[in-house]
Amino acid sequence: MSILHRAFGARGAARLLGLFRSPSAAAVDSAKTAKERLQVVLALERNAGSGPSFLPQLQEELLQVIKKYVDIDNENVSIELERGPEASMLDINIELPTSPLPSRRLPVLQSAH
Amino acid sequence: MARVIVITSGKGGVGKTTTAAAFAAGLAREGNKTVVIDFDVGLRNLDLIMGCERRVVFDFIDVINGAARLNQALIRDKRVDGLYVLPTSQTRDKDALKMEGVEQVIGELRRDFDYIVCDSPAGIEHGAQAAMYLADEAVVVTNPEVSSVRDSDRMIGILTSKSRRAERNEEPIKQHVLITRYDLDRVSRGEMLKVEDILEMLALPLLGVIPESRSVLQASNTGTPVILDDASSAGLAYRDAVGRFLGEQLEYRIVGDQPKGLLDGLFNRLWRRSA
Repeated sequence: MSILHRAFGARGAARLLGLFRSPSAAAVDSAKTAKERLQVVLALERNAGSGPSFLPQLQEELLQVIKKYVDIDNENVSIELERGPEASMLDINIELPTSPLPSRRLPVLQSAH
Repeated sequence: MARVIVITSGKGGVGKTTTAAAFAAGLAREGNKTVVIDFDVGLRNLDLIMGCERRVVFDFIDVINGAARLNQALIRDKRVDGLYVLPTSQTRDKDALKMEGVEQVIGELRRDFDYIVCDSPAGIEHGAQAAMYLADEAVVVTNPEVSSVRDSDRMIGILTSKSRRAERNEEPIKQHVLITRYDLDRVSRGEMLKVEDILEMLALPLLGVIPESRSVLQASNTGTPVILDDASSAGLAYRDAVGRFLGEQLEYRIVGDQPKGLLDGLFNRLWRRSA
């Protein structure tokens, strides 16, 4: 290995070794990726009902709670989901109004009481 | 002025979704804000080909039903700026794709995007008709194979007669043919229909010829539009096709996959001769 590296440089050596590698090595890697991706998707889809069907309602209720404190509308909320094989991550972004917070927050808080 | 492009074929398995993903990514790479929509309700697959299957929260049908807003259902591509995916629903409800809803969503997208690419389901049923109804342009994906050419011909007829443009007597949908899975070796051996034969029968302008390539399967395995693979002959051909779609004058070059090494090429040739 080190002799190859010295003689051809790192990239040259890699290319040379690539000649002896099974030609389908890259395809095998991508097939593995394909299997993993499918396992996640199929597991989720076979579990129909446990899907994200509650999300619209979750969003609506979250909005109601936040509106008690901050003046926002539906346009300022984004919900993103990243599913993983073991756990999924729900990412909820709420964009708050750009006006200076202290002056805005007080009257809203008061009206919430 | 936004343009709606339908990727259609009639026959299944010819490469519509691969083409829709490649086309959308190619248009976005050229600086056009582009969204690609999956119209195959119940058999969602564009999300897998685009590699965003784990990020689907809301879908096209949710937006049509008012359960979600459009910008919540749009998934922003992490690789290409200005590229978005609108996935479809896995519902079995055949009537979920309400035409008024589709018109409303496309109308809203027209305000915000340069190109709206509609990935049609196979067949000539409701889903396929919904995908083409509002189109300004159509890419008819055809394999060099008898049943595919016949189905394409049938689709061309439907595109001509059953669109909103046809109903309103407006300028007809601008149609292009894209030949996929083309194997130059088999053509030269007389085993496969030639480009000229297909064009003679379909009588449409040619957008491009995508060679049969291993890289297409690899791209779908990893959820990458094949046009983003700079080493792929199919990716290059898609780039040319997008260029022609955008008005560039490009020579037609049909290049197959290059053999991996000198030895591979030699073995292939010997093998073929003995086989």
